[in-house]
Amino acid sequence: MLRKLLIGTALATSFAFSAHAADVKEVQMLHWWTSGGEAAALNVLKQDLAKEGYAWKDVPVAGGGGDAAMTALKAMVAAGNYPTASQMLGYTVLDYAAAGVMGDLTETAKKEGWDKSVPAALQKFSVYDGKWVAAPVNVHSVNWLWINKAVMDKIGGTEPKTFDDFVALLDKAKAAGVTPLALGGQNWQEATMFDSVVLSTGGPEFYKKAMNDLDEESLKSDTMKKSFDNLAKLVTYVDPNFSGRDWNLATAMVIKGDALVQVMGDWAKGEFHAANKTPGTDFLCYRFPGTDGSVIYNSDMFGMFNVPDDRKAAQVALATATLSKSFQSAFNVVKGSVPARTDVPDTDFDACGKKGIADLKKANEGGTLFGSLAQGYGAPPAVANAYKDVVSKFVHGQIKTSDEAVTELVKAIDDAK
Amino acid sequence: MSTVAETQIKLTPEHDARPGASVRSRLQDLLPKIVLAPSFAATIVFVYGFILWTIYLSFTNSKTFPSYAITGPRAYQRLWRWTFESDPPSSWYTSITNMGIFGFLYIGICLALGLFLAILLDQKIRGEGVLRPIYLYPMALSFIVTGVAWKWFLDPGLGLEQTLHQWGWTSFHFDWIKNKDFVIYTVVIAGVWQASGFVMAMFLAGLRGIDGEIMKAAQIDGASAFQLYRRIVIPLLRPVFLSAFIVLAHLAIKSYDLVVALTSGGPGGSAWLPSNFMYEFTFKRNEMAVGSASAVIMLMTITAIIVPYLYSELREKSR
Repeated sequence: MLRKLLIGTALATSFAFSAHAADVKEVQMLHWWTSGGEAAALNVLKQDLAKEGYAWKDVPVAGGGGDAAMTALKAMVAAGNYPTASQMLGYTVLDYAAAGVMGDLTETAKKEGWDKSVPAALQKFSVYDGKWVAAPVNVHSVNWLWINKAVMDKIGGTEPKTFDDFVALLDKAKAAGVTPLALGGQNWQEATMFDSVVLSTGGPEFYKKAMNDLDEESLKSDTMKKSFDNLAKLVTYVDPNFSGRDWNLATAMVIKGDALVQVMGDWAKGEFHAANKTPGTDFLCYRFPGTDGSVIYNSDMFGMFNVPDDRKAAQVALATATLSKSFQSAFNVVKGSVPARTDVPDTDFDACGKKGIADLKKANEGGTLFGSLAQGYGAPPAVANAYKDVVSKFVHGQIKTSDEAVTELVKAIDDAK
Repeated sequence: MSTVAETQIKLTPEHDARPGASVRSRLQDLLPKIVLAPSFAATIVFVYGFILWTIYLSFTNSKTFPSYAITGPRAYQRLWRWTFESDPPSSWYTSITNMGIFGFLYIGICLALGLFLAILLDQKIRGEGVLRPIYLYPMALSFIVTGVAWKWFLDPGLGLEQTLHQWGWTSFHFDWIKNKDFVIYTVVIAGVWQASGFVMAMFLAGLRGIDGEIMKAAQIDGASAFQLYRRIVIPLLRPVFLSAFIVLAHLAIKSYDLVVALTSGGPGGSAWLPSNFMYEFTFKRNEMAVGSASAVIMLMTITAIIVPYLYSELREKSR
């Protein structure tokens, strides 16, 4: 009986894992850019590849969003069925590279001069052990304020240059009966805002030591406590229903003029564009007060897998097209981010995009381009999520004082390391 | 001698006298087994096989990918430590206390409400055919739909509170879904709304199955309606309680999607259940060993509750 069962099982499983033959003139791509603007931007890449004779094939993922895609990717890689490339974030690339499943694009990188044009901070994630394993698509930065200009004019506000200016501006909005700060009370949004608060409170040196190097002295320093106090101050300006709100609904509050400002990454600009708003006339983009000159970034990458040799040509074509100046410009104009190489002309970008490109260049040269801890570019996911937990518990009152918050932060990060 | 040999042959005619019939009848004997084999094999591999695999992984230091080197019970040690971190609450502490609150209230209220509705519907009332599906239909919805609908309904800025404010009752205040201490009760509300109609249907079927003669006899003996239900009907419904309990218990333990759709984890992660913890740690935080350990603990908890209950119920039945 048992033997029969085993044979049955073997038969059943052999159907499931039947060999997956891939066309050599085909780029298999796992990504979750399926909505409006992003899909349109990706179409540019598809057409570029079609010109060179490569067909594009989306790897289907049930259910949108990065989590589902990452679970699907994990299953594909475990089954030895690699896609040509996959959209990936931060440490995921390094995890897969450490597992030895990523390809090697060093030759192409040399030929195309990526070493020089891609910011060094980004190469930390796209180069593993001296080998190029991923092609960065864009650079997002999170230390932005998005302000409704009509509300700003009404309350007579000006660009805040320091944290105290910012608080004064929020007070003005409050006095005028507008929700001062639009925030979505989900842990990643709170932590994304806190990234900026730490940079503003402690300066670039401190941010790097605390949020990228995870230096324990810095994490429990008075500066960190002050950062938590500043965060607590900001949270007093949100509306009572903020908890659990999605980020784009918070952006909508600013667009409609129900709220003055949102602290959010530059993907928020896409929402303004979708609502036909123009920077400068309808909305304003400023760097988070006290962080001008520094950029906290995260970046989308196309991780390149170690595919069989006959599929490598398609992979090289994809990587080259991804980092071509024309695609970098066309894609990022739509996406709201800035190009992943610093030598792309900014002619097609709007005012906020131009500022983003200039800031990135300056930060890259001045060594003030830092990974966002909240977005998973400061430390591995376990640490990043422990950090988000602590920030969120502080915002929602499970952690009551900034003293307790830094103790918890050190403990949680230690635990996750 | 020859006659004996002949009778022996006749005694076992299927084996060699008529080979065609023998194959067919053997096939007929085997058919149920053949039909069941694939699902049996699938269950062995995909349920029990992976339970063993999960237990194995919980003793490794698996992070993003499974690693197969046993490194000891570090994952359990961490969970054990987190079990007692109540101030500020660790994610695991929140998850298991929430499981206790949610499981107890969800099962308790569903059973009570389901029984109550079934008794009311059993009074030979008019329009039962319309009322029954109305209560039953929420069960046809997925937890995601239930979660999203209740999220909007309970949101103070959109739903109930806002509406009552517009109607003039401005002092009305109901913000549990935004409150870290009460958010788990909103999960109970949505869960009960969905499942109590189904429990009602189970009880109704049970009530219809009770012999009318017993009821009449009790009434002749002068039992009041309350006594009738307390002493006769409810004890007779015991098997229904068992089925309803098992259905509700597993729904409670696997309700992951309801928490996500209704609260997206709650303020500061205050609505997490162990299943959310498991998913977060395994797939988002790349702590597969800790995630596996939490899954094993969930399994052990279910076993500890269900097995003694099943054992006592089924043993009494066989007596």
